[in-house]
Amino acid sequence: MEKVELFKNGKRHDGRNIEDLRKVKIKAHVLNDADGSAYLEWGNNKIIVGVYGPKECIPRHLSNPYGARIKCIYNMSPFSSPGEHGRSGPSRRSKELSMVIGQVFENVIKTENFPKAAIEIFVDILQGDGGTRCAAITAASVALADAGIPMKDMVSALAVGKVSGTVVVDLDYVEDSQGQSDCAIAFSRRNKDVLLLQMEGDMSKEDMKKAFELALLAEEELHKLQVDALKEVYLNVKEREIFVDI
Amino acid sequence: MEILDELKKDSIKSLISSGKRAGDRDNVTYRDMVIKKNVLGYSEGSAVVRLGKSQVLCAVKIGMGTPFPDRQDEGMLATSAELMPMASYLFEPGPPSTEAVELARIVDRGIRAAEMIDMKKLYIDEGKVLAIYIDLYVMDHDGNLIDAAGAAAMAALQCTKMPKIKNGEIVKGEYKGQLELSKTVTTHTFAKIGDTLLLDPCLDEEKGMEARVTLEIMDNDSICAIQKWGTGSFTQEELEKVMDIAFKKSKDIKKRITKA
Repeated sequence: MEKVELFKNGKRHDGRNIEDLRKVKIKAHVLNDADGSAYLEWGNNKIIVGVYGPKECIPRHLSNPYGARIKCIYNMSPFSSPGEHGRSGPSRRSKELSMVIGQVFENVIKTENFPKAAIEIFVDILQGDGGTRCAAITAASVALADAGIPMKDMVSALAVGKVSGTVVVDLDYVEDSQGQSDCAIAFSRRNKDVLLLQMEGDMSKEDMKKAFELALLAEEELHKLQVDALKEVYLNVKEREIFVDI
Repeated sequence: MEILDELKKDSIKSLISSGKRAGDRDNVTYRDMVIKKNVLGYSEGSAVVRLGKSQVLCAVKIGMGTPFPDRQDEGMLATSAELMPMASYLFEPGPPSTEAVELARIVDRGIRAAEMIDMKKLYIDEGKVLAIYIDLYVMDHDGNLIDAAGAAAMAALQCTKMPKIKNGEIVKGEYKGQLELSKTVTTHTFAKIGDTLLLDPCLDEEKGMEARVTLEIMDNDSICAIQKWGTGSFTQEELEKVMDIAFKKSKDIKKRITKA
């Protein structure tokens, strides 16, 4: 891949400042059959999430008498990257991401309300350009709220990282693959606890502190967009066509 | 056994036998079909089709491939369909179901049999050809996925760009014209419930049908592929009747796909 200058005169390679998010668009309730759904565009990322549940947990031996089981499947479509046509089906990467995303929601969903039930979260990356796991969490939060599943919190997530020695928010694919480090963070909104944390690269303690600070500010913005997407559907309830507006 | 499905089957059958149809349409009318082309940035062609409440996304990607040993001078075409678990409570995650494979094969067969793509033009060098991947993503399921997927594939192919080739390799991000298509194929599916034939069955009607037949029509009112499904049967007269309806409907659907 061609090397690009990632940080120059206080601006990033695409003209953003260090604290700027890419353009984010969220639409709630885009599918007819799913109990809850959301479509999210975040820079060049295009992600669709469908939620089913609470429903009967099958196979039954996986059910938990103390609370609902959260099943999450994160999937990359074979046409999601600019490179070669990929393979369909789970990869080692997608299995790990399915797990960590599911765990985030296991924390915020009131699972105790639905013993022995299952709640399914299906995430599909139609187009990926860096930060898909964070975008998936942000969209899945909206889809779960759309499904009417009780949660203690809305969750939003984003990646922060270091490019050319500077900590910046919301890395795109180029910054992610050519920068020095990449750190995905999700906060719980009430108490700012960390629900997701995956870092790779090189960061000092000061860098991490700066990263948390920037991430918290940016998440305020994401949270507002999530709430707006839900308000759009539920504030003025009217007959409308339900579709994924890609 | 799904109790609800059995009840739905009964209510749909009694509705049809009284000469009516759900959704206030007659037996030979499609639900609203909305087509949007060029929706994805990282694939050479793409389209999304809404047919009633069914939503199907199609992405066409072109890459390098190795030709089949018996067809060294021809490119490759691979069609696959994914019934995404988010699309319906009926779909489970995992390897493609029989239904998904059938869907992909019907769409693939229409494109191949019509010979709309000149596979010889995809030849690059000895042992090197272009491969066309057609991915059908079902996002929302309310019946008749075949017609929705057929239209999505046709629309996506119509807006597919050809990658630029230099020194026998694809130049990333650069294109040279459109994929040449010699024909347009439209797909028309009929369900048989009792003695009634219904064009474009919705999900509840599919649950109640005993047989289904799909016709794929080329520009000059000839048929390039047929698929019959189900334990029920069709009389020869019925098949002649659905052919006439399909020829008539083909004009409108073709216009919708081309103008999208």
